[in-house]
Amino acid sequence: MENVLKISNVEKYYGNKGNLTKAVDNISFDVKEGEFVGIMGASGSGKTTLLNCIATIDKVTAGHIIVGNTDITTLKGNSLNKFRREDLGFIFQDFNLLDTLTAYENIALALTIQKVRPDKIQKLVKEVAKSLNITRILNKYPYQMSGGEKQRVASARAIITNPKLILADEPTGALDSKSARQLLENFENLNNELRATILMVTHDAFTASYCHRILFIKDGKIFNELVRGNDSRKEFFDKIIDVVTLLGGDLNDAL
Amino acid sequence: MMLFKLSLKNIKKSFKDYAIYFLTLILGVAIFYVFNAMDGQDAMMAMSQTKKEILDLMGNLLGGVSVVVSIVLAFLVIYANKFLIKKRKKEFGVYMTLGMGKGHISRILFLETLLIGLISLMFGLLFGLFLSQLMSIGVAKMFEVDMTSFTFTFSKAAMIKTIIYFGIMYFVVMILNVFSISRYKLIDLITASKKNEKIKIKNPVLSILIFLISILILSFAYYQVTENIMNIGFNEFIGCIGLGIVGTILFFYGISGFILRLVQANKKLYFKDLNSFVLRQINSKINTTVFSMSIICVLLFFTITIFSSALSLNQAAKKDLKQLTPMDLQIKEYTSENETKSLDTILIDNKVNLNDLKDKVEVNEYMISTVLTKDVLGEKLVNKNMQEFKYHLDMPEPVMSISDYNKVAQAYGNETFTLKDDEYLVVADYESMLKYRNEALKDRVTININGKSYSPKYSKVKDGFIEMGSNHSNTGIFIVPDKALENTQVSHRILLANYNANNEEKHQKIDDYLSKLTIQNNIQLFTKTAIYDSAVGLGAIVTFIGLYLGIIFLISSAAILALKELSDSSDNKERYDMLRKIGVDEKMINKSLFKQIGIFFLVPLVLAIIHSIFGIKCAQLMLSAFGKTGMLSSIIMTAILIVVIYGGYFLLTYCCSKSIIKEH
Repeated sequence: MENVLKISNVEKYYGNKGNLTKAVDNISFDVKEGEFVGIMGASGSGKTTLLNCIATIDKVTAGHIIVGNTDITTLKGNSLNKFRREDLGFIFQDFNLLDTLTAYENIALALTIQKVRPDKIQKLVKEVAKSLNITRILNKYPYQMSGGEKQRVASARAIITNPKLILADEPTGALDSKSARQLLENFENLNNELRATILMVTHDAFTASYCHRILFIKDGKIFNELVRGNDSRKEFFDKIIDVVTLLGGDLNDAL
Repeated sequence: MMLFKLSLKNIKKSFKDYAIYFLTLILGVAIFYVFNAMDGQDAMMAMSQTKKEILDLMGNLLGGVSVVVSIVLAFLVIYANKFLIKKRKKEFGVYMTLGMGKGHISRILFLETLLIGLISLMFGLLFGLFLSQLMSIGVAKMFEVDMTSFTFTFSKAAMIKTIIYFGIMYFVVMILNVFSISRYKLIDLITASKKNEKIKIKNPVLSILIFLISILILSFAYYQVTENIMNIGFNEFIGCIGLGIVGTILFFYGISGFILRLVQANKKLYFKDLNSFVLRQINSKINTTVFSMSIICVLLFFTITIFSSALSLNQAAKKDLKQLTPMDLQIKEYTSENETKSLDTILIDNKVNLNDLKDKVEVNEYMISTVLTKDVLGEKLVNKNMQEFKYHLDMPEPVMSISDYNKVAQAYGNETFTLKDDEYLVVADYESMLKYRNEALKDRVTININGKSYSPKYSKVKDGFIEMGSNHSNTGIFIVPDKALENTQVSHRILLANYNANNEEKHQKIDDYLSKLTIQNNIQLFTKTAIYDSAVGLGAIVTFIGLYLGIIFLISSAAILALKELSDSSDNKERYDMLRKIGVDEKMINKSLFKQIGIFFLVPLVLAIIHSIFGIKCAQLMLSAFGKTGMLSSIIMTAILIVVIYGGYFLLTYCCSKSIIKEH
């Protein structure tokens, strides 16, 4: 299957010569089309920095990130924005919905900024809302929704443009366990039925257990890789716990 | 010392937020100084007596207006300060968690206000000094003063006045700050940035209803102050202004909901680019801005109406002045019944030197008990316009013989006429009266003098006048054949003359002599110079007061809006960051910011302009006694003023906002 994302020798340094911090230290991996990949690590391990680099919110110090056929480390200015709005979908821990807009308008915004025709917008929003089970709340404002509903609206906004890659940064971080489970089942659906490629950062083993493959990061380096294969979610969860125990230290308190 | 450093650093750090505030204060101080320093200018010293008196009057009026101005500016400063404190609540919260007392924080604020006050006062005065030089050139031009004696001057009195007024203003603000700080709780300060996030969504049907009601109220008020102005009293007039204010508030309360619905109905427009975001932004904010929007709108309305009316009054006062004062001198005697002396003799008794005069024309005017307003208008017209004429129906209209009139017309260079034995004609140039006179002539109303009746020769009023003045104020003189007035008692004798002088110096000398003369009180003496000076002076007074109030109101409203938009922009920074994260172009973001700020600046301006159309019309109707002029040039001047100042504030706000939402 084709590579959607190819990361080769990416490095990200902070600070100056005297006091250098390697947040991401020579990381390489691929994500194939239709994959659901998780990145786990303790806080400070560099996982969010890595995600930010892929999201083009942050710039790499060295190395290349290739999405589809484009090397995004060479993009600048408006072509970066274009890449972000056409090829990427974002899901954030704190939802990042615009509180002045209704759910419908929030989702539609992703299309209007791509200059999609208004008559098309309605059809697309209805479809995606149905698949995420949020048709009921489309006319509500964010402050009238629960956390889980907000995150599903944010997910709808992320996938409606049919992006090459969906990036999720601790999507369950602000949710209670029931909402988290519901959201993750939605992710599974998106992944299975719409063939969406998802890259998710989390430090929660339960959340991670929904992925096909997990990369563990420690001190900016890939420490381990775990593939679900034909395991049930429960079996995969136990394996993750083993690695987390092995990793020791900080990740323990994530459990 | 520590506190002082902290204050200074704060000002430096938040200079972006302060920039517009600073600018407005500096402008305010400068303008305050300029208008109060006006009479102290050197160039104004070389003026004639009449002009000096007018200038003194203007000084007094401007002094009074300055009180109004300082109150407006004080409100602006208080308002601006509230914003700046709001932005820094969190900072104060941090100080307090570090163990700083409220007293300390108050002292920091106190010092900051003091610093800002001192700096703005200093720069403002410097700028004012510079501006006042420009201004005095303008004034001198208006009063037609020789500019060769012009030197750079400085008005100490105006400076002291400025310092005192602004000192008091800043002091009040400092005290209010201390109060507001002592009211805050630590928890509120720390969580200040998280508040305000709850958005109240208004019922759309309700806001549309309110919008429509506001339109109705405003239309009614508009109608009352223009079409119906003649039929309403002072109290009703004030009531209309009240209605206008209520209507304005309701308008802003309803409009955002109304427009939102309107655009939402057009899916193509609503779901284009960031339009939905922009509209929702506006809708969410206009709820909290109804009051300040209304204030801004009213201030703008005052600016436009005052300024353009003042300018056109100035023009009205000066227009046609040359044509209306063809000769140097006019003397009018109210003749008593048993007067036997000739006018010349009386003038000599009053120490008028007849050798000083040449081209003398003497004419008689008659007031006749059978030529009253109700007689000359005719029954039909009187019954139709009872309301308008009820106070002067029994007033006599002036009558003059055809040969007397032709003498004056010849001297003035106006049209002369001939009449048959039973004809009369009417000369007038007072605009508002013409239509009634013309109607009466069309009705062929006859007049009756000494038992003989006369009918109109023309079906229209002829243009002309006898008495000189600064505007077209001849409401009508009835010209009849000479025979008609034989053996009739003269009411006024009017003498018109030029000075017997062949050079400027002699002319000036005669003029000075005559204008200082005290004469018996049934005689009026007007010189052309006096008519000129008072017309120009009146024009200057209204222009300056209009300019003064107009500019202050304009910068105040623009500054309120600018500060509000800037503080909103920093509140909205997160929203713009979100937009960036989902991949919106900078260009599109800037465009939406431009639209948003543009609409906030434009909406109150548009409503103010609509208000002003009716306001100016109303002012024109009330001031029509001063004569009519085209409003076009004064409206263009007003438009320039608004575009430069208001537009400048808009651009500044946009640029500052752009850099605020870009900050990382």
